[in-house]
Amino acid sequence: MTTDLTRSTAADLADLLAQGSVSAREVTQAHLDRTAAVDGAVHSYLHVDADGALAQADEVDRRRAAGESLHAMAGVPIAVKDVMTTRGLPTTCGSKILQGWVPPYDATLVTRLREAGMPILGKTNMDEFAMGSSTEHSAYGPSHNPWDLSRIPGGSGGGSSSVVASFQAPLAIGTDTGGSIRQPAAVTGTVGTKPTYGGVSRYGLVALASSLDQAGPCTRTVLDAALLHEVIGGHDPLDSTSIDAPVPPVVEAARRADVAGMKIGIIRELTGDGFQAGVQARFDEAVQHLVDAGAEVVEVSCPSFSYALAAYYLILPSEASSNLAKFDAMRYGLRVAPDGIDAPSAEQVMAATRDAGFGDEVKRRIILGTYALSSGYYDAYYGSAQKVRRLIADDFAAAFETADVLVSPTAPTTAFRLGDKLDDPMAMYLNDIATIPANLAGIPGMSVPSGLATEDGLPAGFQILAPAMQDQRLYSVGAALEAKLTAAWGGPLLDRAPALEAMTAGTMKEA
Amino acid sequence: MTQTHAEATLPFDDAIDAFDPVMGLEVHVELNTATKMFCGCPTEFGAEPNTQTCPVCLGLPGALPVVNAVAVESAIRIGLVLNCEIAQWCRFARKNYFYPDMPKNFQTSQYDEPIAFEGYLDVELDDGTVYRVEIERAHMEEDTGKSLHVGGSTGRIHGATHSLVDYNRAGIPLIEIVTKPLTGAGERAPEIARAYVATLRDLLKALDVSDVRMEQGSMRCDVNLSLMPKGTEVFGTRSETKNVNSLRSVERAVRYEVGRHAAVLSSGGTIVQETRHWHEDTGVTTSGRAKSDADDYRYFPEPDLVPVAPSRELVESLRATLPEPPAARRKRLQGEWGFADLEMRDVVNAGLVDLVEETVAAGASPAGARKWWSGEVARRANAEGVDVPTYAAGLGVGAASVVELEGLVTSGRLNDSMARQVWEGVLAGEGTPTQVADARGLELVQDTGALEAAVDAVIAANPDVADKIRDGKVAAAGALIGQVMKAMKGQADAGAARAIIMERLGQS
Repeated sequence: MTTDLTRSTAADLADLLAQGSVSAREVTQAHLDRTAAVDGAVHSYLHVDADGALAQADEVDRRRAAGESLHAMAGVPIAVKDVMTTRGLPTTCGSKILQGWVPPYDATLVTRLREAGMPILGKTNMDEFAMGSSTEHSAYGPSHNPWDLSRIPGGSGGGSSSVVASFQAPLAIGTDTGGSIRQPAAVTGTVGTKPTYGGVSRYGLVALASSLDQAGPCTRTVLDAALLHEVIGGHDPLDSTSIDAPVPPVVEAARRADVAGMKIGIIRELTGDGFQAGVQARFDEAVQHLVDAGAEVVEVSCPSFSYALAAYYLILPSEASSNLAKFDAMRYGLRVAPDGIDAPSAEQVMAATRDAGFGDEVKRRIILGTYALSSGYYDAYYGSAQKVRRLIADDFAAAFETADVLVSPTAPTTAFRLGDKLDDPMAMYLNDIATIPANLAGIPGMSVPSGLATEDGLPAGFQILAPAMQDQRLYSVGAALEAKLTAAWGGPLLDRAPALEAMTAGTMKEA
Repeated sequence: MTQTHAEATLPFDDAIDAFDPVMGLEVHVELNTATKMFCGCPTEFGAEPNTQTCPVCLGLPGALPVVNAVAVESAIRIGLVLNCEIAQWCRFARKNYFYPDMPKNFQTSQYDEPIAFEGYLDVELDDGTVYRVEIERAHMEEDTGKSLHVGGSTGRIHGATHSLVDYNRAGIPLIEIVTKPLTGAGERAPEIARAYVATLRDLLKALDVSDVRMEQGSMRCDVNLSLMPKGTEVFGTRSETKNVNSLRSVERAVRYEVGRHAAVLSSGGTIVQETRHWHEDTGVTTSGRAKSDADDYRYFPEPDLVPVAPSRELVESLRATLPEPPAARRKRLQGEWGFADLEMRDVVNAGLVDLVEETVAAGASPAGARKWWSGEVARRANAEGVDVPTYAAGLGVGAASVVELEGLVTSGRLNDSMARQVWEGVLAGEGTPTQVADARGLELVQDTGALEAAVDAVIAANPDVADKIRDGKVAAAGALIGQVMKAMKGQADAGAARAIIMERLGQS
């Protein structure tokens, strides 16, 4: 057993805590210390809540000492993407327009973490309002990839992926609208899971695109993801789109890790051309591992996927343009007075505030969405996109007739360099080409590390997709692959990442 | 810019000679559900500002709506009484626009998929003519908050130093009922508009889905009006007069707009498509904001809500809860009760239909129920500024009280004037009719010996009157009866006294 608590998996920490070998305070403090040492270099956090996390940890220790029966995850700390509302803790969505806003209520998911006794370490960095694939669109500066600080940690949940990859937290919450849990996991060598749409409540998730958003676990192992999925999943009467059914048996599936007899479908449209050679090579090896574990491989075709990106970039901005309309400078967040106007009207203050408070990518998508929904263009754009969405769901339904799960590389490339695609939105958007179809269809997906690409030595991701409400299949396949690969590597992939302590300024950010 | 100067109007009759009015009426009804449309906040009217709010109705980032099932049921019942089709599957949509009182800057409403559509309402005018108003749709939406502009002299935003917003009303369920264009109404257009809104109000009240208080804004009417030159069939440009808040104003607003449009068109001008404000005090409308077809609300299906798909079983079970239409019910009851038209109208206008029905059901005669509820009690309730049922309930007086009072008369204990005294006592809170009669010592004297003695004494004291009666002038008996009553402190049975007098004086 390792002595460094920050190197432990959440599952191991839960065991240690249950045995009384460590206190929740020790575990929480160890992660806060790690943050103090490395976050100056990685910038995973927007707000660290050391006092709050330690108070929650102490409460768990007190209750355990009093002999109370606690949740299995009690005392295991977690970081939460800054798009989830947290009572008493700032929530900015990576945007200037919400600078300093402290919500008066907790997201349902956050309530469930608190009820399980999981100390909340802080809020993680993200692309502004979750728009981006690199976390460079955060108004508070980018996060960095722990494997190479000059590279992106993925987006929009780069804070949540890097906080886990840099051992500042064993677990983090991400949100995945077009791949923002899975793509960051792929480029940081971690595990990212997007549950079935509606599997985890969206109440308190500041909406980017309501019909696509899904919160889920960012972890270092498949079992940890399953344990977290069970804490946060399940029906919520406050979210009418949440599924009114029990959480699928994900922990059991992760522990069994059994793929014998399972049919694995390789999506023809999401392999080969356009995928980095090293990423493709790791993917092919991973498939072979699954075959070795007893799975059968078939090839499936999803012809409508070629329109997925276009449909996504109409539906998302349309919904986002409406969701972001509430940021009007009137009731919370930023308010900016326009220059050179004595007694400005409400509209003038609103315009000045939005100009100052929203970044370029957000403005781009608001304009695009407003245009796509406007009368005369609705049918041509939004209406057509919804039809494509239907076709993509049909493609998946047909593919799942012949395969139990579908697989592909998670992202076409390894982590690109910070700044490389910042001026080229289309290039940025293309990074989500493999992850977006699952959001359009509402099905669950997972990215597990498949190894390091030979040409750059950076992590690549292996994506697994399952039919809606069959999330446990992701965990069976993911855990089976993880076991094979970890054995082949002789230990977790992240053990090969560089040590970060030397590279940091060592400044710890306060909330 | 708001235009406040008076505009030219043509006399109504002249306008109608030259033009056919086309009306469209949009009525917003606030439902009386206990909680809001998309959250669990209470809907009580008049609470302290911003005390009935939560993240959902304040539109805070991250908050999500959940549909109020009771509001959906009310919407379906409204659709059914308007003879509408009820959608098997429908959705909410977002109507995107900026409005200072609207927390999300979009209104969750219904657009191309309303819960109820294609219905009609038959409206009876004063002379008995029935006009069929065709209903385009009835859809669900949420109300906005309310602004209070402070520091100016007029209470309007212009000149105010600051504005206060109360979100208690934000999210209260609304049903919007939209008619198809009403044509062929001619000179009766104002009357039809009023009768439609009145009929709708009665219907919604009978459904018990809304308080339908126009003066409090729980029912508001927008009047769309345009004119077609006589002999043409192409609709003209319309104006939309917003938030007309009384039946009388609906009629006046239609009348005014007909005259105003006619004046513009007759002088060769063109009508501007715009919203207009109605001014109750001056009886005119003024220009609001220009509204063109270019208004772009960028509707799209609300992704935060699952579709509403009422089962046919639910619709049928709700149909079984529908009350008898008020007009049909009134007709039926009038026949059952044998009331003359005028008598029935008085009962209806005094809001006594339910109470009279209840009282008759409890055993009173219809005439008695009408008499006791519409006389003294109505006068007192009116003086208190409340309706009769509320006033009576406050005193603990109900159908049983009238039955008891009437029983005292029919059993011969009280005569009519004594019963009136007893009723006054009851309304004064002195107890039940029997208790009041006992306490006041009111009872017809049934002892014939005492009555005979009183008659004899009166005859003896008035020999000249007695002689007149003996001579056949029986009308003079009234004077003797009066004296008998006086001697017996009003507790004599006047009929019995007369019989004895006639017998004693040889006239029986």
